[in-house]
Amino acid sequence: MHELSIACNLVEIASQSASDAGVEQVQVVRLRLGALAGVVKESLLFSYDIAVAGTLLAGSRLEIEDVPVAIFCSSCQTITTLEGIQSFCCPLCGQPSADIRQGRELELIALEVADVQPPHT
Amino acid sequence: MYNPRILEVRRGVLEKNDLLAQRLRARFNAAGVTVVNLVSSPGAGKTSFLEYTLRNVSEQGLCSAALVGDLATDNDARRLARSGVPVRQIVTGGNCHLEAQMIADHLEEWGLALEDLDLFFIENVGNLVCPASYDLGEHLRIVLLSVTEGEDKPLKYPVMFNSADVTIFTKMDLAAAVEFDRAAATAAVQSVHPGMTILETSAKTGQGMREWLNWLTAFHQSHQL
Repeated sequence: MHELSIACNLVEIASQSASDAGVEQVQVVRLRLGALAGVVKESLLFSYDIAVAGTLLAGSRLEIEDVPVAIFCSSCQTITTLEGIQSFCCPLCGQPSADIRQGRELELIALEVADVQPPHT
Repeated sequence: MYNPRILEVRRGVLEKNDLLAQRLRARFNAAGVTVVNLVSSPGAGKTSFLEYTLRNVSEQGLCSAALVGDLATDNDARRLARSGVPVRQIVTGGNCHLEAQMIADHLEEWGLALEDLDLFFIENVGNLVCPASYDLGEHLRIVLLSVTEGEDKPLKYPVMFNSADVTIFTKMDLAAAVEFDRAAATAAVQSVHPGMTILETSAKTGQGMREWLNWLTAFHQSHQL
């Protein structure tokens, strides 16, 4: 199980991005997770709560967007998404393809942040 | 008063590892060394396969070295050292995979002259899940599948088989005894990675090892052009 290690990396770059932007509080961390990233979503969510303890992200929620694999089929000249990751064949014509165009993502996309505004004068 | 807003980031979670792996690969390229990352489940025969390989590449006049990852022991490094080539152990202390930083640190401490090498092997921790996500700067990721494991293993671990460049069937000397279904195993590999090269070997009898060594030597030579 390497999801705790991944969660620690995520917390590190998210905290860094937040503090670089002068953010004081992060509510949501948005991640894109490809089906071929080799990361188990449930384990990552579980690990996230452990990894954020004592950081700027403590109390924040991790939102994960699943990204399916997409392959390019040279016969159909089309990029199509696959339902799973066990059969790399074009869903339209059945031709195998190793030309992967999407699905390896493990990317921090955005933070939903809240800045504490100075009181109105 | 809180003012919620969206802060766009777009950063790879493994960017640190990926950047370091790219630097390592550039260093390996400059030194003219081909780097092979061996992955498999525990007990698939990585160490026997590598021991055979190390002995034979030396006989072909190629210089090699190996870095071996293990959770807790240095047994594998001691076995591999019998081949006479430089071998170093990484004891991960329970960590389930190797990362680029560990490779960089060990190369630094080891003081190995990379430019004197033709081939550098990294034996990863026995695990078909976690090592898939970590680029180590290798040129070739080779996944071993022993005939005793079940022909559907690629379907159970598609991420690893998809990420690898070559599949090696190992322990082919036991194929008949365990009724290994070569066609089913080949179909499973091709299903998760269409077009992947598959080689059949036995480090015990030497079956298929000549073909593997020829394939590896040819890759190394074409890589140097």
